[in-house]
Amino acid sequence: MKTSAVKKQTPSQTIGPYFAYGLTPQQYGYDFDSWVDHDMVKGLNNVETITITGTVYDGNAQPVDDAMIELWQDDGVHKLFGRYGSGTDEGNTFTFKTIKPKSVNGQAPFIHVILFMRGQLLHSYTRIYFADEQQLNETDANLNAVDADRKYTLIAEKKGDSYVFNIHMQGPNETVFFEI
Amino acid sequence: MSITTDSKFDIEVQPPYLDEAYKSTILRAPLQPLVVPKKKDITLSGPLFKDFKLGALDHDLTKNSVKDGEPIGERIVVHGKVTNEHGHPLPHTLIELWQANSAGRYVHKVDQHDAPLDPNFLGTGRCMTDAHGYYKFYTIKPGAYPWGNHPNAWRPNHIHFSLFGGDIASRLITQMYFPGDPLFEHDPIFKAVPPKGRELLVSAFDLSVTEANFALGYRFDIVLRGKNATPFENL
Ligand SMILES: [Fe+2]
Repeated sequence: MKTSAVKKQTPSQTIGPYFAYGLTPQQYGYDFDSWVDHDMVKGLNNVETITITGTVYDGNAQPVDDAMIELWQDDGVHKLFGRYGSGTDEGNTFTFKTIKPKSVNGQAPFIHVILFMRGQLLHSYTRIYFADEQQLNETDANLNAVDADRKYTLIAEKKGDSYVFNIHMQGPNETVFFEI
Repeated sequence: MSITTDSKFDIEVQPPYLDEAYKSTILRAPLQPLVVPKKKDITLSGPLFKDFKLGALDHDLTKNSVKDGEPIGERIVVHGKVTNEHGHPLPHTLIELWQANSAGRYVHKVDQHDAPLDPNFLGTGRCMTDAHGYYKFYTIKPGAYPWGNHPNAWRPNHIHFSLFGGDIASRLITQMYFPGDPLFEHDPIFKAVPPKGRELLVSAFDLSVTEANFALGYRFDIVLRGKNATPFENL
């Protein structure tokens, strides 16, 4: 049953440049406890962990040094959340330690990305798919909703035991963002 | 029985990605149209906070980082209700907060504004909504501060809020403003919100929570989008 909304959504506003001591305090060396960080597998034993690294690029192909990246994955077994700011690592990269989610209902496995930064009035959503899931990636309904020549922007490359997922806000390699 | 909301961002009240008056959007807004996912996903869930442990002073920014005295400025109490678009309260919603001190200065290392830091004020905190969707926290009223968007640009006084409802569609980062601020009409971040949405960002003075001889009260209700009732129905 659908019912119509009776209240207007609270409008979004930018995260701005100064979020670090509030949202990612320990990563940036502030004296306040973080409840979440890049390590999404804390407390999990006997799981095969993967690393996902990447860089967020602006329309001039410059690394964004004040983005906040959140990952959420839920394959019915593991519900994992992570958060990292792009202001502390060399090259303004982000890094997450997690596990590769399982395929659910025949879909290609993926991780949701929620992206915030100064200059975004509204956060954006994208997804990380995995290059070594070629077969499922080819038949996945959501990946196939994307123009064939932009699909690659959603697929993390495998390099050794880590995956690389760069995010381009604009330009010829602009990442596909989703309406969620 | 299920209730679903069309969880799109409501363009009547939500700002666009690109708004040239706010200059940083020009190189950071996605320019291609968003892709609409084909199927609803089992993974349209999100982190839940039912068992989340807050620190004892997380909700009191006037106390959670004191070194040798009280923070300087006007003590305030902020409260409100978090609901979904149907008006149903959202319990166990985590709210994270950060703000400038009373002089308009952020603790953040890149804030170069020539205004004093307050050794007794970090300007960050957290609280949770209770079983009825209510939240409340104490802080110091933040000052206005300059920024580089255009000549003589100043941000109106505001507190940054970050919230999680029950699914990732409900994720919200916003800013709470104070009533009657003369800087509203000069602020491209506030004005990027369509006129219908602007008043939703402005708190109201609230005598009912104002504490005698202690702190002025403000009310700020928050409405999260999202479809946390039945994420599975169309699989
Ligand atoms: Fe701010």
